[in-house]
Amino acid sequence: MTRLILRRLALLVPTLLGLSVLLFLWVRALPGGPATALLGERATPEAVARVNELYGFDKPLIQQYVTWLGQLLQGNFGVSTRTGRPVLEEFTNRFPATIELTVVALIVAVGVAIPLGYVAARRQGRPLDHLTVVASLVGVTIPVFFLAFLLKWAFAVNLGWFPSTGRQDPTMIATHPTGFYVLDGILTREWDASWDALMHLVLPAIALGSIPLAIIARITRSSVIEVQDADYVRTARAKGLGPDRLRRRVILRNAMLPVATTIGLQVGLLLSGAVLTETVFAFPGIGSFLANAIFNLDYAVLQGFILIIAVVYALVNLVVDVSYGFIDPRTRATR
Amino acid sequence: MSGVAGLFGGEPLLSVRDLEVQFRTDAGSTTALRGVSLDVHPGETVAVVGESGSGKSTTAAAVLGLLAANGAVTGGEILFDGQDVVRLSPAEMSRLRGAQIGLVPQDPMSNLNPVRRVGAQIVEALEDNGVARGADAQARTVELLEEAGLPDAARRAQQYPHEFSGGMRQRALIAMGLSARPRLLVADEPTSALDVTVQRTILDGLTSLTARLGVAVLLITHDLGLAAERADTVVVMYRGEVVEKGPAREILQNPQHEYTRRLIAAAPSLASRRIAIAKETGDVEVAAQDLLAPSLGEGVTTAPVDAPAVADAGARPDAIVEVEHVTKVFKLRGRGLFSRSTDFTAVDDVSFTVPRGRTVALVGESGSGKSTVARMMLGLTEPTSGTIRFDGVDVGSGRDRAAEVTFRRRVQPIFQDPYASLDPLFTIYRTIEEPLRAHRIGTPAERRDRVHALMEDVALPTELLRRYPGELSGGQRQRVAIARALALEPELVVCDEAVSALDVVVQAQILHLLADLQSRLGLSYLFISHDLAVVRQIADVVCVMEKGRIVEQGTADAVFDEPQTEYTRTLLDAIPGRTLELGV
Repeated sequence: MTRLILRRLALLVPTLLGLSVLLFLWVRALPGGPATALLGERATPEAVARVNELYGFDKPLIQQYVTWLGQLLQGNFGVSTRTGRPVLEEFTNRFPATIELTVVALIVAVGVAIPLGYVAARRQGRPLDHLTVVASLVGVTIPVFFLAFLLKWAFAVNLGWFPSTGRQDPTMIATHPTGFYVLDGILTREWDASWDALMHLVLPAIALGSIPLAIIARITRSSVIEVQDADYVRTARAKGLGPDRLRRRVILRNAMLPVATTIGLQVGLLLSGAVLTETVFAFPGIGSFLANAIFNLDYAVLQGFILIIAVVYALVNLVVDVSYGFIDPRTRATR
Repeated sequence: MSGVAGLFGGEPLLSVRDLEVQFRTDAGSTTALRGVSLDVHPGETVAVVGESGSGKSTTAAAVLGLLAANGAVTGGEILFDGQDVVRLSPAEMSRLRGAQIGLVPQDPMSNLNPVRRVGAQIVEALEDNGVARGADAQARTVELLEEAGLPDAARRAQQYPHEFSGGMRQRALIAMGLSARPRLLVADEPTSALDVTVQRTILDGLTSLTARLGVAVLLITHDLGLAAERADTVVVMYRGEVVEKGPAREILQNPQHEYTRRLIAAAPSLASRRIAIAKETGDVEVAAQDLLAPSLGEGVTTAPVDAPAVADAGARPDAIVEVEHVTKVFKLRGRGLFSRSTDFTAVDDVSFTVPRGRTVALVGESGSGKSTVARMMLGLTEPTSGTIRFDGVDVGSGRDRAAEVTFRRRVQPIFQDPYASLDPLFTIYRTIEEPLRAHRIGTPAERRDRVHALMEDVALPTELLRRYPGELSGGQRQRVAIARALALEPELVVCDEAVSALDVVVQAQILHLLADLQSRLGLSYLFISHDLAVVRQIADVVCVMEKGRIVEQGTADAVFDEPQTEYTRTLLDAIPGRTLELGV
């Protein structure tokens, strides 16, 4: 097991190195440049040249890359051309918000999808099953930003059940020791702050979780359908196993392997979906910041953020791979 | 062993009366069981015998209340201890299962939950049946596994099913089926997926254990020999109905129903050299459909098959295949990152010849290396050392493309699983025509004639040509596979467990077909099988393989009648019902 983890971590090094090259070239292939974005269309060539010189954009590409990589290895991700603050600081300020949103979205998705998929499978061919299949198809097809707008319009603007933007009521005075607002409220016993933060998360989390929910529900359904006809399920019933244990230990446990794989892959979808959702709900996470960085061609932010997101994504999938061993003993690497 | 039915007087423990079971399908409902009645008395072993589709497994499922979702009991009753289980609620039935009626299922590979430790799977059965909890259940589990003959049970209980061999898994399933001390054990083909020698020890263990515990057994099997050997009473089922029942020996020696006679004639474990003798005596006008064909009666003996004497041998070598000192070593990858690979000798210095127009059988248990020999013979795997000559030419040496194509034409395989070896998206016509097209033989019209002729050869109606494999029975599919193999008029056919997946009656038909084709077309067969009973019916020469080596080879009669090695004797002893007398 340890060996598997070490090997995967070692493999991460060339992967990230390759990604860093691609990223570096990709942001520079975008039309325009950071200086123009910063100074506007009508900036004088001298001003542009000064900005370029300031940030080192006048140097040859190779030299820029090597400098950037060298700084990166020392933990220096550079400075945002838009805000003037270090990229890492911008990231750590905003990442808790995105984690909070992603985790809640994932909880919503997994919490609804697995029971839904299971129930649909057990009632295969009956109305509830058909409804689930159709609903999950709709869930996959609806664009995230459209659903986000729809939810915001219906439940925030018209009905007023949930706040429409932000992470917390701006008039609320709350302390934030960790940056995870829901958690902060619990830690400081400011329950109303915690509740308010949670209410702010509901609509974005549903919007963000909809596609993963639909996908996970479908995978769960087909996996359970396959497993429930397995010989060992019949044998488990024949030995007199109660319905509860049959469901949890035999059917669900065996059906979880493809589901775990899917959940791991959804994390990537969630992080990219966060860009759109956070923008719609003006949610101050890395997604909306990244969207702004794209408009402003903020090279350092684009490179740094995407690289860190890639690391997070790889680590999450490593965790998923390790979890296979817990779900399925046959895949354990070492014995 | 068997007893007299009268021993088990009194009230039956299980009484199935006029049972009717229907399955709903897209094409409407089909009746799987019709008027099935049978009794099992306390402590009695009753065997239900029949081919697949006869309804024997459906009967077992109905007794356990585990019919597939689209099946239902539509008539009759199943009285267990005087109570009709058909009328029980699912919850009541669930309480009955395990505690009162246990199951030992067919395939040990697929019947254990792969993600839970073997011990835990018995513990949960003990707990849900209210037998024991916690540490008591753990201790009891080890006892149960020991009782079922699993060595080192305490350690084994902590392992997962994938760490067990087939035999060990079946022992665990027996322990599981008997864990709550049920009064009736349904054993559904409990050993048919195991090697013969393992089969025998598992069956012995099961028999003595159930006898000691006084558990009644409903034994479901396709093998009449096994049934007669293990059961007091035999119930013969055919197409959803009971056609005959009575004391085991009586059924065997004096079968009343036509189907029972056919079953006895076909049972591999009971069969002798039926086909081989028929071939020798020239009595080979075996209509493939005729199951009872060349019935010899007792006492017919002929000279053992010896040196091949095939007319067209001419100047060519007598042996179509010569295998000389062939060894195959596989590299096993080590587990860790840096661990070294180890060598595994799958085939160890094997030599034999296949005479032209004859059948050589390679027999052995799984892992004996027989399939590796088959793969090398087909040119799919290179031998590590030694030579295989086909018609005087080295198979292993670097052949050019043309020689390769010619070789492929002359040597054709027939594989075990007719479900997996046919492309489900090809019609039967396309399946059989494909090798002709691949080798660019004939015009479309000629190929069509050839396909029709082949269908006739394997006794299949030409109407099937437009169908897909999924619409055919297992026996029909294997006939298609044979037709496909014969399309290129090969000289050698390598049959790798070609009849192992088939029902006994179908098996007998296919064996007859193979024998018939051999005599008409002068084919040579390399026949790979774990089933000695099958081998005896078809082989001229038998090579017994154990752990990669040929431990004994000789004519079929010599090997079967005077086995020279202990291993061969063990294999022969393991054939169920071998000592029983026939009534055909």
